[in-house]
Amino acid sequence: MIVGLFNDWVVVVLMMIGLYIVIAHGNLVKKLIGLSIFQTSVFIFYISMAKVDGGTAPILADGVTQYSNPLPHVLILTAIVVGIATTALGLSLVVRIKEAYSSIEEENIQKQDNKALKQSAMEQQA
Amino acid sequence: MKDLFAVIMLSGIYGLLSASFFVAMDAVDVAFTEAAVGAGISTLLMLVVITMTGRKEKPTRHKPISALFVVIITGGLLIYGTLDMPYFGAADAPIHNHTSPRYINDSMQEIGIPNIVTSVLASYRAFDTFGEVVVIFTAGIGVLAMLSVARRKEDEDDEIASINDSMHQQHLVIRIVAKMLIPFILLFALYVQFHGDFGPGGGFQAGVIFAAAIILYAMLFGLATARRVINQTFIQLIAAIGVLLYGCVGLVSLMNGGNFFDYNVLSSDPIAGQHLGILIIEWGVGCTVASVMVIIFFNFAGRRQFQSLKKQTKHTESSK
Repeated sequence: MIVGLFNDWVVVVLMMIGLYIVIAHGNLVKKLIGLSIFQTSVFIFYISMAKVDGGTAPILADGVTQYSNPLPHVLILTAIVVGIATTALGLSLVVRIKEAYSSIEEENIQKQDNKALKQSAMEQQA
Repeated sequence: MKDLFAVIMLSGIYGLLSASFFVAMDAVDVAFTEAAVGAGISTLLMLVVITMTGRKEKPTRHKPISALFVVIITGGLLIYGTLDMPYFGAADAPIHNHTSPRYINDSMQEIGIPNIVTSVLASYRAFDTFGEVVVIFTAGIGVLAMLSVARRKEDEDDEIASINDSMHQQHLVIRIVAKMLIPFILLFALYVQFHGDFGPGGGFQAGVIFAAAIILYAMLFGLATARRVINQTFIQLIAAIGVLLYGCVGLVSLMNGGNFFDYNVLSSDPIAGQHLGILIIEWGVGCTVASVMVIIFFNFAGRRQFQSLKKQTKHTESSK
């Protein structure tokens, strides 16, 4: 029954969508969205590992014997909040890049950097 | 899709959807957090950012073929790797045989609270959680360092006056509904905070919900009004106090002769000690998370105001 692995495949597909966005798009905000999709795929991976057939949420109650694994829940719970905090840090970098380069497209930034490098090299020669 | 506004809205919907995945897979605590973070705070933050950086994405000239190639190869390898994984929902998977039986079977005797997630989070793995809280705090400081601007008092007074004038023209319904809702959201956050021992909830979730209420207020009534309600310096202090409170619990248990974060020694009765320790550190977590989220949002929005102000002054100078 190989279909039993479908959760992992969903995770892989989501992860690859995130990776594709990070690689293929030049817009920095879009890259961060891609990263957060990548991140959620990892969350889903952990949570789907924790699931036990016939289990319930890991809150102890009378008459329940089978619980899902609480450990991945703990790890991911904190990871989500840490994730938003680090994403915010990334976004703040994007804002500062916009102020410095007046663009958040990777190509434009690269072009401006190259120009500045060439200029400084020419000045040194002179 | 070239319109970033639509992209962000879709990612908000995606956040809500993944929260419902988590409910379906029994992770209620995680779903709680993801609903508040993925659908709420991250969407808002991204929206604030695109108001500053522009709404449209420029089309790239290079071909995405190579990216597609890399992604397909990696995905194929990962899928090949999953073939050895245990099936979804299998009860005998390796992950369920290591430490979790102890959490599930013994946490009631050792910690004495029904929500296993909370007892693992706040007691068994308290040191780990402490690290996470420090990371969140550090990220807050980072945003502060990157985006904070000095404010002028007169600007704020002007802004408050203009907002009060516009009160009866713009967003009247939304503002009044929000005014009625916000106390309940805050109350709900406190409920989640204190009920984390028994049901899904705890410091992380409560902090995020609390922050969402304040951000809602700031969005509808303007940053200056929100800043008058919640003092910036004060909230930065609260963020630091949350981390300190958490660390102090560890130190106190160390001084009482136990290990770092060993709550058993906090009280004469080990179970009562555990309850006390978890309560205090959840408070620390809640304070830090809520205030860091508010700090992040305020700084983003404040930066935006600062930018538009600069543009205005430039404009008036050039027209002179």
